[in-house]
Amino acid sequence: MTGKLYVARSTAIAARSLGDETMVMSATDSTLFTLNEVATVIWKAADGLTPLEEIVANKICMEYDVAPEAAMKDAEDLVAKLAQHGLLLLSEQPIPRAKVVAA
Amino acid sequence: MSGVLIAEMADKALKLRIPLNVQLDLTYRCNERCVHCYLDHHDHGEMTTAEIKDLLEQMAEAGVFYLTISGGEILMRRDFFEILEYARELTFCVKLKTNGILIRKKEADRIKALGVESVQISIYSHVPAVHDAITKLPGSLRQSIEAVRRLRAHGIHVVMANVLMTQNAHDYAGVRALAAELGAQFILDPTITPMMDGDRSILSLNVDENALREVFRNEALVGGNVEEFCAPPQGPDEDTLDMLPCSAGHTACYVSPYGDVYPCVQFPLPSGNVRRTKFLDIWRDSPQLEEVRSITLRDMPSCSKCAHGGTCTRCPGLAFLEGNMRGPSTQDCEKSFARTGIPSVNLASRKSAMAGLVQIQSAPAMATAASA
Repeated sequence: MTGKLYVARSTAIAARSLGDETMVMSATDSTLFTLNEVATVIWKAADGLTPLEEIVANKICMEYDVAPEAAMKDAEDLVAKLAQHGLLLLSEQPIPRAKVVAA
Repeated sequence: MSGVLIAEMADKALKLRIPLNVQLDLTYRCNERCVHCYLDHHDHGEMTTAEIKDLLEQMAEAGVFYLTISGGEILMRRDFFEILEYARELTFCVKLKTNGILIRKKEADRIKALGVESVQISIYSHVPAVHDAITKLPGSLRQSIEAVRRLRAHGIHVVMANVLMTQNAHDYAGVRALAAELGAQFILDPTITPMMDGDRSILSLNVDENALREVFRNEALVGGNVEEFCAPPQGPDEDTLDMLPCSAGHTACYVSPYGDVYPCVQFPLPSGNVRRTKFLDIWRDSPQLEEVRSITLRDMPSCSKCAHGGTCTRCPGLAFLEGNMRGPSTQDCEKSFARTGIPSVNLASRKSAMAGLVQIQSAPAMATAASA
C-alpha cells in the first residue's frame, strides 16, 4: 500500500462495546466477531476520515508498547480481514459518513 | 463459532452487569385478537417517538446489543420505521416480532434495507380455519404467510413461531413443514402464560400432559437424543444450587410501551419507569432487580430439593405470577413431569394435598349411616 488508507465502519453491522472489547455482527449473514482491546481502538477510530497510519501512530503506538512497523502491519492485516467480512470499508480516499442502508 | 462467542459475551456481560438483551414493546395495540394473548390492546399512554429515541440512546450507552422490538403489533405505530432506523443508526442488533399482516412490498424493502437480524412471525397452524380462529382475524394466515414469502424473497432471516394450545395441539408438524417450504426457521413454544395483570383464565388453553409428552418425544423437535432428553433427573449438585435461574434481570430486561421496566416480558415485576428514572439507574439500582439477581436455586425452598432442580425449565416470571418468585412454576413442573414421568416436589405435594381432600369427602359418619 503506497498511498494513505482510510477505514470506515460499515453501516451493515450491529456493534457494541463490552468492557475493553467490542462485539460486531454482520447484518448480512449474522456472523459475530469480537474485537480485542487494541482492535477496538482501531474500530472506534475508523471514521472514514482519519488515515489508518495516523490511527496507528496516535492511538496505538502512543498507548501500547509496540514498534510502529509491527503495529502498522498488524493493523493492515486486521482491517483487511474485517473488510473481507464487510464490517469495514477501505479506500484510498476519505469515506464520507453514510446513513444506515444495508446490505 | 458464533455460539461459543455468544456464550462468552453473555458471561462477560453478566460479570460486568451489562443488559445485553432488551425487549422493547412499542405498543400493545394489535390488529389481531389472539385467544391466548397476555396483553390488553389499548393505548394507555404509549411513549412518544422522542421518548423512545431518547430511551434507545440510553440503552446503547448502557451496552444493550440485542434489541427485540415487539408488541402488540409493531407496525400499528406510524413511527415504526423512524424508530427502527434510529435503532439501527445506534448499531443495535435488532430482532422484530410481528404478525406480518402489515408487511407489504414497501415494508419488506425497508426492513431489508435496515439490516435487521431476524423477523419473527407467529403462525399457529397451517390450516387457515384453525389459525384464523386463534387470531380472530379472517384471512390472517394467508396474509402472514405472504409476509413470510416477501421477507424470505429478500433473504431476511424469518422465524415462524408456533405457540401450542388446545386449538392447534396437533398442527405443529404442518407448521414445521410449511416453515421448511418457505425457508424459515421453526420454533415451538408449548407454554401459554398468564395475562400481565395476573388473570390466569387463559391458562385453560394450555395443552394436556399427553400432548406435551408427544412433543417431548419428537426427535425432530427435541433436536437430539430423546432418551437423554427424557431421562430421569439426577437432582441438583452443589454447583447447580448456585446457578442463576435465567438471564432475566441479570443480562436482560423488558420495557413496556409506557416505559415500565420489568426483568422480562414474562416477569411483570415493576422495577422502575424510564419516564421518571434513567434506564441505566433503574438497571443498576432498582431494588426489585437487585432482589431478582440475588436468587439462586439454593434460595428456592421447593426447587432446591427437587430432583428436577438442575434440569427444569423453571421460569421465574411464571413462578412470580403464581405468587412467589422463589417458588416453583407449576407449568414448568408439569412439563418436567411430561418429559420424564417423574413428578416434581411441587406436583407431589399438590397431589398429597388433594388426597387429603378426598379423605374428607368419604367421611366415616357417612359410611356408618350407609351400613346402618
